[in-house]
Amino acid sequence: MSWMKRAAWAAGIAAAVLAGGARAAGGDLPLLEAKVELGDRASLQRGAKLYVNYCAGCHSAQYLRFSQLGRDLGLTEDQVRANLMFATDKPGDPILATLSESDASAWFGQAPPDLSLTARSRGADWIYTYLMTFYRDEGRPFGANNLVFPDVAMPHVLVELQGVQVRKEAGGEDGHEPAARSAMELLELAESGSMSVAEYRRTVRDLVNFLVYLGEPAKLHRYTVGGWVLLFLLVFFVISRLLYKEYWKDVH
Amino acid sequence: MSVVGVNGGRRRFLTATASVVGGVGLGFTAVPFVSSWQPSERARAIGAPVQINVSKLEPGQLVTVLWRGKPVWVVRRTPEVVDSLPALDPMLRDPDSEVAEQQPAYARNPYRSLKPEYLVLVGICTHLGCSPQYVVATRAERYDLGDDWPGGFFCPCHGSKFDLAGRVYPGVPAPTNLEVPPHRYLDGDRIEIGVDHGTGEALS
Amino acid sequence: MRWLVDWIDARFPLISLWEEHVSRYYAPKNFNFWYYFGSIALVVLVIQIVTGIWLTMNYKPSATEAFASVESIMRDVEWGWLIRYMHSTGASFFFIAVYLHMFRALIYGSYKGNRELIWLLGMFIYVILMAEAFMGYLLPWGQMSYWGAQVIISLFGAIPFGIGEALALWIRGDYVVSDATLNRFFALHVVALPLALLAVVVLHILALHEVGSNNPDGVEIKRNKGPDGTPRDGIPFHPYYTVKDLMGVTVFLFLFAIVVFFIPEFGGWFLEKDNFVPADPLRTPEHIVPLWYFTPFYAILRAIPDKLTGVLAMGASIVVLFFLPWIDRHPVKSIRYRGPLFVTLMMTFALTFVVLGYLGTQAPTRVLGELGLRFGELYFSFFVVLWLYSRERRAAAYLNTLIVMVVLVGIADVIRFDPDKLGLMVWSLLIPLVYFAVFIVGPLVSSANEPRPVPERVVYR
Repeated sequence: MSWMKRAAWAAGIAAAVLAGGARAAGGDLPLLEAKVELGDRASLQRGAKLYVNYCAGCHSAQYLRFSQLGRDLGLTEDQVRANLMFATDKPGDPILATLSESDASAWFGQAPPDLSLTARSRGADWIYTYLMTFYRDEGRPFGANNLVFPDVAMPHVLVELQGVQVRKEAGGEDGHEPAARSAMELLELAESGSMSVAEYRRTVRDLVNFLVYLGEPAKLHRYTVGGWVLLFLLVFFVISRLLYKEYWKDVH
Repeated sequence: MSVVGVNGGRRRFLTATASVVGGVGLGFTAVPFVSSWQPSERARAIGAPVQINVSKLEPGQLVTVLWRGKPVWVVRRTPEVVDSLPALDPMLRDPDSEVAEQQPAYARNPYRSLKPEYLVLVGICTHLGCSPQYVVATRAERYDLGDDWPGGFFCPCHGSKFDLAGRVYPGVPAPTNLEVPPHRYLDGDRIEIGVDHGTGEALS
Repeated sequence: MRWLVDWIDARFPLISLWEEHVSRYYAPKNFNFWYYFGSIALVVLVIQIVTGIWLTMNYKPSATEAFASVESIMRDVEWGWLIRYMHSTGASFFFIAVYLHMFRALIYGSYKGNRELIWLLGMFIYVILMAEAFMGYLLPWGQMSYWGAQVIISLFGAIPFGIGEALALWIRGDYVVSDATLNRFFALHVVALPLALLAVVVLHILALHEVGSNNPDGVEIKRNKGPDGTPRDGIPFHPYYTVKDLMGVTVFLFLFAIVVFFIPEFGGWFLEKDNFVPADPLRTPEHIVPLWYFTPFYAILRAIPDKLTGVLAMGASIVVLFFLPWIDRHPVKSIRYRGPLFVTLMMTFALTFVVLGYLGTQAPTRVLGELGLRFGELYFSFFVVLWLYSRERRAAAYLNTLIVMVVLVGIADVIRFDPDKLGLMVWSLLIPLVYFAVFIVGPLVSSANEPRPVPERVVYR
């Protein structure tokens, strides 16, 4: 009954398509593509540096230790110490925010979340879009708002790099935008920052790349291990098939 | 079913191949499970080498740092104490540090330290694991150690006594000298505990 | 080796057990693709038990530490990520294997011919497995763990007269899902339910080996024995099916490894995004979705606009499966010798299950909610049709059934009538009506449901 086999294959393919399609957390705004490359170690190193300089003041990454960071990113302990750690940190320490939680609550109204798993809960594209789409909004406490995270409590910490963006249309306050448009079409640069648009994109990409690594350090080697496992199973399949064919010669 | 014309050799060969390759596969599968019992990154972070800056230590002062969950003492010995150490030799059980496991080779000297001034010891009694107390000569009375107590360590659990190089006195339950942990000087003032002097390799 | 076996055999029925269940257990020689999933389910069970034991070594069942301890397994413990992914992927693959195994039983009538108990024991395995998966899913203590548990436990609250609320409170051990809930779920997940699961699996296999395996032709091989007293169409499980299953298991492990190493989240279907956020009793995620293997039943629950009825319907959708051997008593076991209408019925049921599963993962919009209800009706109608087909009946029986079904669907529509949804209700009514027309009227007006003669011997090659 080969139709059953075919049906089973069809079901398998459908499942794979479903997996590829993913259960996106359907926002209204199409997200920009982060296109991160975990294999790009230099990008990860730049991202780590950006993280420490711009994020780690307020956001902890409590599940990552400096020692593991150094090992995974190919940095010596001295390099990690010189570039990424604060004076009081020890190599085995997790990356904790310098800001205390109570201060943070007082300043921002809520404690900034730990970023260890943000890339897994939000996705790389979301973070990338988030960091690209801050814009000036005098109505907010820190003068900045965000397209994918409306009324976010966080100030635009990368503003000196990106420059100040503003919304193109007036009266976008109601939040109802035409659904199919790209996020960047809604914004324009009013004051340029220290980086060109392309440089800023690369910078954000590095940072997002680091956050993806931060979400799952094992990702750096699980593909390699997986390749060997599949290769082994392939070899074993050939052997087991020969064995099966040999024994089943008896069955008529 | 018939078993006419069975190639027994081929059958045995394939069975053996499948068994061996399958066995190798199971062996590899066991690796993650076995190695997950190794100290985790967390345990290693907690047990990582510890650094201490000794420049602020007063003569005679002891500070305790935690290394691998154990107290480690760093004592700045006065010149008088250092000079008096050889004189105690006849009164000690193992004055020349002959029990090799109790200190790294570089601490097997009359002072049991890299620099005579600074003593680094694991603060765990070699008897049954209590943490002895640091008793300077002037406080000997409180522990009833006699007037001629030159300063040293006294274990309150079972009364073991050690001198200011961690060397054990005879007639007490502790069998050997206190342990000197692997350590090194990063520069004149900073000691790193848990990394060997010379090789610079962290203890794994 | 020989002396050791002899030594043991003098004290324990080693060789006779081996012969009875492996080397002289005669299985039909015509097993096809569908017959791999029993062995595969057994392999997954072993994977789950071993990886589960290892996870327990580093997991901390407390509300304050659980989430961090899972991340610690993922990062700090050597190879911990692999062990964790094997366990999380294994859970989903367990259900894949079990669903295919159950569907196999359905299409080949494997619960017929004194095999009712095998099916019943299998159903117990399935229900224990659902409890096991549900409780295990709370342990990572992420947002989805927490709110999923909150919602499912609240289902018990639908039981009237205050019993439900009291029961829900008793299950949680607190006023909301909390540390106490986590701790008891942990105990059940790692000790009680696995023990029960193992015990019932052994019974399931013992019952199978007592009666003997069914096969794709539905022919009883024991009815045709050779001079040596063994079935002519049977072959010893070992070595023939051990080597065949070894091959099948290898293919399965290949697919398993692809997911474990390359797509462990499986696009959010195996590991949900929101579960990477620690449980927060003050903030509910936007979409609370159970894991995919519960969603067909969840869709039935949600489709019904009355809490108690919804819970009862969901319960009934599982309970009805227990009665399958007594609903379907048609003498022809295998789908191979039933008419094309029966084949269509089975395919439609599989489709219904998949559609319900999909709907259960989606936000219940107007249209999808309505579809959920209609496909829920198809789910239950399937069993009615199966009963109708299970023996020769007069045309009146078909017509009466048709009337009863149409009236039931009509009553349901009247009760839930909503003028805003009138158009939608009328259009979607076509779904059950077409179903009834095809499967209840169809046999009356055509010969598409006539079974074909079953051969004496199994068909091989």
